[in-house]
Amino acid sequence: MFKALLARARQGHRTANYPAQDPSLPPLFRGRPVLDPEKCLDGCARCIDACPTDALRMAAAGPELDLGRCIFCGECAKACPANAISFTQDWRLAASERAGLLATGDHKVPVEAASREMRRLVGRSLRLRQVSAGGCNGCEVEVNALGNVVFDSSRFGIEFVASPRHADGILVTGPVTLNMREATLQTYDAVGEPRLVIAAGACAISGGLFRDHPEVGDGAEDLLPVDLYIPGCPPHPYTILDGLLRLLGRL
Amino acid sequence: MTDLLKTGNTVPVATNAVPVADTGSFRREILSAIAEGWRLLLLAGLSQDADGTRLLAALADDGHGEIGLIATDVAGSYPALTPDCPAAHCFEREIHEAWAVRPEGHPWLKPVRFPPGGPAIGEADFFEVAGAETHEVAVGPVHAGIIEPGHFRFSCHGERILHLEIALGYQHRGIEAALCGGPGKRSVHLAETIAGDTSAGHATAYCQLVEALSATACSPRSLALRTVALELERIANHIGDLGALAGDVGFLPAAAYCGRLRGDVLNLTAAWCGSRLGRGWIRPGGIAREPRTEVLREVKQRLVDAERDMRNAVELLWKSSSVRARFENTGILTREAAADLGIVGPPARASGIDRDCRRDFPASAYRDGRPAIMVGESGDVFARAFQRWREIENSLAFLGRVLDQPGAGEPMTAVGPLAPNRLALSLVEGWRGEIVHLGLTDAAGRFARYKIVDPSFRNWFGLAIAMRGQAISDFPMCNKSFNLSYCGHDL
Repeated sequence: MFKALLARARQGHRTANYPAQDPSLPPLFRGRPVLDPEKCLDGCARCIDACPTDALRMAAAGPELDLGRCIFCGECAKACPANAISFTQDWRLAASERAGLLATGDHKVPVEAASREMRRLVGRSLRLRQVSAGGCNGCEVEVNALGNVVFDSSRFGIEFVASPRHADGILVTGPVTLNMREATLQTYDAVGEPRLVIAAGACAISGGLFRDHPEVGDGAEDLLPVDLYIPGCPPHPYTILDGLLRLLGRL
Repeated sequence: MTDLLKTGNTVPVATNAVPVADTGSFRREILSAIAEGWRLLLLAGLSQDADGTRLLAALADDGHGEIGLIATDVAGSYPALTPDCPAAHCFEREIHEAWAVRPEGHPWLKPVRFPPGGPAIGEADFFEVAGAETHEVAVGPVHAGIIEPGHFRFSCHGERILHLEIALGYQHRGIEAALCGGPGKRSVHLAETIAGDTSAGHATAYCQLVEALSATACSPRSLALRTVALELERIANHIGDLGALAGDVGFLPAAAYCGRLRGDVLNLTAAWCGSRLGRGWIRPGGIAREPRTEVLREVKQRLVDAERDMRNAVELLWKSSSVRARFENTGILTREAAADLGIVGPPARASGIDRDCRRDFPASAYRDGRPAIMVGESGDVFARAFQRWREIENSLAFLGRVLDQPGAGEPMTAVGPLAPNRLALSLVEGWRGEIVHLGLTDAAGRFARYKIVDPSFRNWFGLAIAMRGQAISDFPMCNKSFNLSYCGHDL
């Protein structure tokens, strides 16, 4: 007992002072991209060739990056001879609309808070059931990290629960394999209404790296009405937390 | 053993040099090699035509770092190896499912991954027990925690587990098929997502394979810095699992501290490469970028701090009798069972099997140095937990040395085309155990076949065996002491 108390003193207080203070992320962290159409060389398309998930296309206004497909590998930025693409340290990437993830220029990703009624119900106490549907355990470990003492999502009333019956919504990770399709739908059906659906990670939003594989669907979108899209491969815990808090109108 | 073609880790051979024996000799060669101390590394279908299916067996001689290869052609069926070599059981189930070849006499011929076109997911003949007071408990695919899906069916007598049947396949994403035709721009990213918590392990296995087939010699520095990624991944997962084990027995102080410390190690990985899971660190030809000098210093310093806190947190576990009472003599995997089933990684070492690729099959990366390898004895949850801690200690000591003297050379060496019609194996000791990738190139130097063996593929059955006779309430703790990958198994 005495040893446990001594250890408690030694390990200290570790919970981050977020959101009062911005998180400090390493310089190499690849967050929200900025695409500079001025710098873009006409028709070079090297970024498009380099992208492993076909997340880039050349739109009329310059290069457009679909954050719902992007795995934030940075290959496009490396391939661009004009430095027209860069990844900032901005962790705020979640969007409430799929179209909000189409980034051009210095795109700030919009999240519209859930309806007034939904916020009244879950704004201060959100319980989610996580469903891994082909997730590689990358997104899962980062969602799990929300429960550790650093991120400590429970101080915002956000917790992950064991039963969909106890949940206000589901958070889906993975491209939704054919073998998990039925279980995902059943879990959703078991959540009482009104309910939220959150798609976390490139796979859950668009199929990610596994898009068009015959063994998977292309994410949760075709299956369920998604309320929040959280990009990343995997998303940083702060990206997930930021998205959830903005959905609840708390930021 | 004249008939096995001898090769080594990441040493390519001409595909047509692999001896093709008739099925009887193939069986005899494998069984006599095993009797002489070799073990089955891999058994898989290679190709199929109208005449039949070619099966390849790879055997390992851990003492000499040798790999032996032998192939055979089979038509619709062949006599199964599993009754004489239990380690073949999962491979033969896969051969049955993926190549429609029946291993006759296999005692447990059930689906593995339920690919499209076969039986619906979960439709299998489950093992049943009957009698007074026996009952079944079915769990999953969706589990109670934030964890991947799989189905567990416990046959119980009261609280006691008579048998646990594990049915997976829910995570099947078609990764092997997607790697065929490559290398392409997606390949290394796919490798990093075979099992997301083993991004460095599988990326290394993939990159070593590509480098072997393209005869690329990476710089000593880039290879040394790869081992930093692998060892950080090992430390992060091991300390995280120690915390989760503490949580499963309700010992919250260590659970909280270890959870935080896991994040600290992930953050070190992110300081190095931008990703907490080490994505973008390892690339064919070496490492993606040379870290700044201060990063090396910072990682070394922060590891010293982390080690102190880890020791402090973990010693609480060993010194709490309430924790030890739960860990000790629970979920025992005997040395014999582990050897028979071909168990790998920390669970094998915790059962007394001295097996570790870093020492037995050092590829380019661990050739000049590696962490000390230690072996446990009792094969229970305690042994697996304590094994993790000793591996953390040894990895930390090793990292101190590597970060001081990472060697010289460019981070990246250009990778040429792959040699055509070659076959190579790449072995890496990931944090869960031995990862095996096999690549077979076609006449154009593209992958015609890509086979992945995640350590979980072998070890899931070890968990099932360890659960026999245990209380069902001890399952979460036993499961966590193995902490196996679902997607690594399902591919």
